[in-house]
Amino acid sequence: MLRFIAWRLTLAVPTLVLVTMFVFSLQKLLPGDPVLTLAGEERDPQVLEYLRHKYHFDDPIPLQYLAWVGSAVRGDLGMSLKTDQPVLRLIAQKLPITIELAALSMLVALLIGIPTGIIAAVRRGEAADYAANIVALSGISIPHFWLGVLLILLFAVELHWLPASGFVPLAEDPPANLQSMILPSFVLGTGLAATLMRHTRSAMLAVLRSDYIRTARAKGLLPPAVILKHAFRNALVPIVTLSTLLFGELIGGAVLTEQVFNIPGFGKLIVDAVFNRDYAVVQGVVLCVAVAFILLNLLADVLYVLINPRMRAA
Amino acid sequence: MTAVTAEALASPAKSRRGRALGVFMSNRAAVAGGIIIAAFVLAALLAPLLAPYDPIKTNFLAIRKPPSVMYLLGTDELGRDILSRLLWGARASLMAGCISVAIAMSLGVPLGLIAGYFGGVLDAVISRVTEALLSCPFLVLAIALGAFLGPSLGNAMIAIGLSAMPIFARLTRGQVMAVRAEDYMEGARAIGLPDRWIILRYVLPNVLSPIIVQATLAIATAIIAEASLSFLGLGQQPPAASWGAMLNAAKNYLEQAPWMSLSPGIAIFLTVLGFNLLGDGLRDMLDPREF
Amino acid sequence: MRPAGFALWAAMLLASTAASAETTLRIGLQDDPDLLDPHRARTYVSRLVFTALCDKLVDATPDLKIVPQLATEWKWSDDGLTLTMKLKSGVTFHDGEPFDADAVKFNLDRARGMPESMRKSEVASIESVTAVDPMTVAIKVKQPDATLLAQFADRAGMMLAPKASTGDVAANPVCSGPYKFVQRAQNDRIVVERFPNHWNKDAYAFDKIIFFSIPDTTVRFANLRAGDLDLIERMAASDIKAAKADSKLAVQIGSGLGYMGVDFNIANGPRAKGPWQDMRVRQAFSLAIDRNVINDAVFEGLYPPGAQPFPPASSYYVKQPVPARDVEKAKALLKEAGVPLPVKMEFKVANNPTLQQVAQIIQAMTAEAGIEINLLASDFATQLKEMQQGNFESDIRAWSGRIDPDGNIHQFVTCKGNLNDGRYCNPEVDKLLNEARTVTDEAKRRAKYTAVLDILQKEFPIIYLYFEPRVFAMTKKLQGFVPHPDGMVRFANLKMGS
Repeated sequence: MLRFIAWRLTLAVPTLVLVTMFVFSLQKLLPGDPVLTLAGEERDPQVLEYLRHKYHFDDPIPLQYLAWVGSAVRGDLGMSLKTDQPVLRLIAQKLPITIELAALSMLVALLIGIPTGIIAAVRRGEAADYAANIVALSGISIPHFWLGVLLILLFAVELHWLPASGFVPLAEDPPANLQSMILPSFVLGTGLAATLMRHTRSAMLAVLRSDYIRTARAKGLLPPAVILKHAFRNALVPIVTLSTLLFGELIGGAVLTEQVFNIPGFGKLIVDAVFNRDYAVVQGVVLCVAVAFILLNLLADVLYVLINPRMRAA
Repeated sequence: MTAVTAEALASPAKSRRGRALGVFMSNRAAVAGGIIIAAFVLAALLAPLLAPYDPIKTNFLAIRKPPSVMYLLGTDELGRDILSRLLWGARASLMAGCISVAIAMSLGVPLGLIAGYFGGVLDAVISRVTEALLSCPFLVLAIALGAFLGPSLGNAMIAIGLSAMPIFARLTRGQVMAVRAEDYMEGARAIGLPDRWIILRYVLPNVLSPIIVQATLAIATAIIAEASLSFLGLGQQPPAASWGAMLNAAKNYLEQAPWMSLSPGIAIFLTVLGFNLLGDGLRDMLDPREF
Repeated sequence: MRPAGFALWAAMLLASTAASAETTLRIGLQDDPDLLDPHRARTYVSRLVFTALCDKLVDATPDLKIVPQLATEWKWSDDGLTLTMKLKSGVTFHDGEPFDADAVKFNLDRARGMPESMRKSEVASIESVTAVDPMTVAIKVKQPDATLLAQFADRAGMMLAPKASTGDVAANPVCSGPYKFVQRAQNDRIVVERFPNHWNKDAYAFDKIIFFSIPDTTVRFANLRAGDLDLIERMAASDIKAAKADSKLAVQIGSGLGYMGVDFNIANGPRAKGPWQDMRVRQAFSLAIDRNVINDAVFEGLYPPGAQPFPPASSYYVKQPVPARDVEKAKALLKEAGVPLPVKMEFKVANNPTLQQVAQIIQAMTAEAGIEINLLASDFATQLKEMQQGNFESDIRAWSGRIDPDGNIHQFVTCKGNLNDGRYCNPEVDKLLNEARTVTDEAKRRAKYTAVLDILQKEFPIIYLYFEPRVFAMTKKLQGFVPHPDGMVRFANLKMGS
């Protein structure tokens, strides 16, 4: 197991190179001129030339990439074009916030999705199943933005139970921080819960309705608890796959939810950065997200083996 | 042996398909799902005949009017009839939903099958590629594609499909690894069946279940993603209608004109419900353990 | 907790809240400000933060008259080539440095000379700056410049502390304004707190100001309604009614400086070739639009329609009726121009829901006259680049506006203007606008701008649509707020009632 993990971690390096090179090239090939965008309304050709030269935007793209890698390995992820702030500092500020939102949302998703999926599978065809499905499908059909604004209007504007925004850092005031996280993690979590619920239900049904289980049940050979445990084990593989993937996507920044609830995480940062062609910021965030996915996929593969020791990945 | 299996062995000519269809038809929920989808597809195809008004005709005297006899679902921020836009928008949204998911599946599932079944170098390479794609922000991908290929609905679907591909690849891979560990797989390999045969006849049918579930869920996200793309300049350009674009416009008027959000929202919900019910039925139909 | 302990705790709590009744003003901004360096900044919202942080040489009143701030009086020499300004005494910067003529020289030299300075074109006419004595500065210009004082009422006139501003100013701007910089979290908030040694400190009631950046108008408004913000800038026109109806809120709508217009690619590259190169087609386009309908349909009647770049707040605003829609005349013009009908052109619009609404209305209107525009939405950066390169046919674009009329016109319609993406070129316009820059007599200047407007309203390189007002919504408890056309919140005399 440890050898496997070590092997995967060494693979991480070429993966990170691949990812950052891919995203870097893609960004550079995007239409739009970062210096022109930076200048906005104040378009002085001399200043634009100077800035282009200062940021080496005239250099060939591979050279620019190598320069980025060179500084990145020394811990310098560059500066945000828009505000001249070091990218590393921006990431250090926003990563904990993003992780907190992701973790809370994932918690909500798991706590709602899995039990609902189990109930729906066990009570297939009954009212509980239909109700669970309808709720789950609404969760995935309602856009986050819409739900978020609705909840703010209800809980913050009308009832004044929760803050509309005004994110408070966890270190500063834990209760206030959690208060401001309730609505956004609920919005994100319910969408994910829908996915988890549907997969849990489907995977459990695949076992519960199979011939040998039905026979065993009919003959009273196995206690219901054992049957359920066996069915649930079957559901664990897609649950693990999806949970790790969805968590990774959350780390990438829940753009719309952050916008609605004013959470200063990666989502807001990266949207702004892409629109402003703020290359260094996007690279920095992508690096973080790539590391997150590498670790999460590794976690998934390790969990597969724990669930079913015969599922050994290469 | 159950009666069903005995019958199957006795008369293989009585097609498996016929029996599968029987399974499907007896599943009322699945049939309901099929009817819903068929209704939307028909509405989309017959939009020119069914729509009471021109979906892009503005009427500045009828801005944001609530549902009435004249405008059954109300009007939007430019005085256009929502019902007509809903019908015409069905084309763009259904296509966005189905084709993007089809692209994602046609790329992701084979890759996942290969990665999960063969393991080794193939798995390493494919998994790293999917990790790269996952780490790439959707926004960057979308704007880049829009720039290279030009803004159109088709290119929007490619962007959405590419972003959704890794999930299908990972899901399939995980499922294949679970199936590969089963006893009958050892048996199949022992008697020397070629890999391609094993994958197509043994592995694929057993991994279809979560893939179908994910596909039906992905349709919802694809329809909504199309909206953010048209907003960015990729995909349907204004004033063409799509459910997602209607939702986009409606979000500024949540309190003033709630009917603007309800119509496309319910349409999306029903479509997703239909596909999910259909998907459930399809899964039951294809589940090899039924036979 | 036992009763005695509880009482003690409660008493201490009360005492502490009474003692530190720190007043904070929470403001919601539409965008995240960029560099907090007045010489490098280029966003509209960063000006709002600067108004708290930095004093300027002069300020502008709501009717755009220039009044003293750090400069107490000023005089142009007879030949119009030297501006002598007397400075306010007793002013200190946030780091304790005294404000004097050398500080002014430092700042103006930096604005002119720093390679990355975005203010260069604004102070391009300055030849040299000399400190005549500690409280007097003489600014020599290459030719008479009527726009200079107005520039000093904006970022070019903001004064940074010389000794503290040799390094990275944006990370920690040190000015002399009523508030000093505390911290900044990108895409989140900027915090400033009271500067106790400000020369006008008694006028400022708030101890702390926090600027939040909340790009979505619906969300920003919801935050105000929920009481999490005290003041927001810019609202969606459709929310204004709801804000007015809310008993806890007040809405203040002031005249603005900016406008919205349609540009045409007249001579920038191969894509300029098209029917719109004929000015009659552009005239027809303008006649096909009913500006009042746009105002009513999208902006609830709050955005004054207009056909000129000079805003109503400016004394250079030419009083003329808004051109009415005339589809028949438009059709006649198209026929006269002999272009094949329908006239087709691509119309770029940014990914902004309001702009897309306006664009769709224009599309519907021009179609009736025989002009079919094909809407192409794109993100802002792409659009900017395409326009600069001439990869466009027509588009709709806003200008945030400047105090001096030159700022709203020169860069856009002079042959070499930096923002003249359509490359419209009329030597007569160039001559008039360059002359208008050097003429200080207001009546003479106005005559020149009126002459230019006459030409522009025949040749239509830009079709002006409407003026953007400055909309602010705030809690009713906020007293002393006065909307200014430049959109800046002046914090003096602003206080929270109860």
